[in-house]
Amino acid sequence: MKSIKNHLSLVVALVSILFAIQVFIIVDRAINAYKENLANNYSVIVVAHSSITDAKFKTLDTLVKSVTELSPDNVIKRLNTKIDKRNIELLKVTLPKFYKVKLKHFPNKHEIRRLTKKLLNHRYISKVENFSYNHDSTFKLLLLFKDVITVFTISVFIVTILLILKELRIWQFTHNERMSIMGLFGAPIWLSSAVLFRLAIVDAIISSIVIFGIFSSIASSPWVLEQQENIGIHINIFDAFGDFFMLFGIAISVSVVLASLIVIGHKEEV
Amino acid sequence: MDKVIVAENLSLAYTDNETIINKINFSVNSGSFVFITGASGSGKSTLLKSLYGALKPQEGSLIVGGVEIKGVTKSKLNFLRRHVGIVFQDYKLIKEWTIEKNIMLPLIINGYEKTVTQNQVDSLLKHVRLKHQSGKYPLELSGGEQQRVAMARALSHNPILILADEPTGNLDDYSAGLIWNLLEGANTQLKTTVIVVTHNIPQTMTIDYKHFHIEYGSIHEVN
Repeated sequence: MKSIKNHLSLVVALVSILFAIQVFIIVDRAINAYKENLANNYSVIVVAHSSITDAKFKTLDTLVKSVTELSPDNVIKRLNTKIDKRNIELLKVTLPKFYKVKLKHFPNKHEIRRLTKKLLNHRYISKVENFSYNHDSTFKLLLLFKDVITVFTISVFIVTILLILKELRIWQFTHNERMSIMGLFGAPIWLSSAVLFRLAIVDAIISSIVIFGIFSSIASSPWVLEQQENIGIHINIFDAFGDFFMLFGIAISVSVVLASLIVIGHKEEV
Repeated sequence: MDKVIVAENLSLAYTDNETIINKINFSVNSGSFVFITGASGSGKSTLLKSLYGALKPQEGSLIVGGVEIKGVTKSKLNFLRRHVGIVFQDYKLIKEWTIEKNIMLPLIINGYEKTVTQNQVDSLLKHVRLKHQSGKYPLELSGGEQQRVAMARALSHNPILILADEPTGNLDDYSAGLIWNLLEGANTQLKTTVIVVTHNIPQTMTIDYKHFHIEYGSIHEVN
């Protein structure tokens, strides 16, 4: 019972840290996926006096992914009852060219300003419509959401570190006595602190397994899959290999640092 | 005869202002049995602490088992301690370990093989009459039994020197008798040097011993 209690305190603290980090990762992935969706739906309209090739557009800014020339036929169709065929052909030649420019990713405010400026610097381009108002409000909402999650993660991290520091004092008290006694019989520091490091590593493994269980079940939950379907975003909630090993690495690092602090703070009894 | 301990002008203190032991000179021959007596607070335990390097000399020189304690490195001190058996007044047993594992401690530290370790521990448990309690934890034993475990631990690795601080201080006659027998046995059979800090030398001692008395920070041999 006492042994379970010894493990539980650090395991709970580590699970909280790992949980907060994985939530942050999920939110980040969701925002990136949403940004990709927005980028796919978002485009800049460019008006030019003469034709500009796809390749030329791409040299103007690295953000440009693809360019589609908008056909003037729809506009002309409305007029063709009153204008003869010859004039229509003439009109087609004199009408400015309209281009729909798709971007590689959803741009931020500065990128969009830079892109507009670069496009307008081209001698053929007379107007650029970037729909910046719509763009700004959506993007700001996304950033706000990400900021809220970042604050949440940092808060959990700080609170948990404070809990761990409190735990550290209890551990120091518990392990100091054994380490001192072993030291009195000539045990080198690696041997007298071996139990402590073993405990820390076991706790890191337990907490990683707990987190693996929690997020694996969340990732395969029908409710979560349905929600993803509803909002049109498909993200990997938990990568059983990459995420697990990253979280395991964090858990090992935190617990080993904790154990090292105890060893460094250890003072021999006189 | 080889000297296990040589102290020259040795002064000991916990703080710079208060010297407990003041410039004492004494030596202990290898294989001898030594009692150090003195009133409470005279510095007996302080002197013993310096012998296993828990307290470094304030002044003078102290050589134990060929190791100069003043300015000793951690690895050299560990080396010395691996060849010394210590019996503490408050036993200093590891509470979360069974008594069997507590006795094994010096053998584990010295890297003995598992079978040798087990045989040695079994034999010692029989000697201290605790074979039937080997799986128990220290807090499940009486004070006398805990001190017998501490004694077995101090003897387990056949040390060159045993340091005992009031080993029978609060014990019943039976436990105290067992402790003295074990210390005498180690000294006569294994030629282990034994230094015991105590208030009273037992009347039942059957072997020759040296007796030092500490008073007002000085030490003198009692004939």
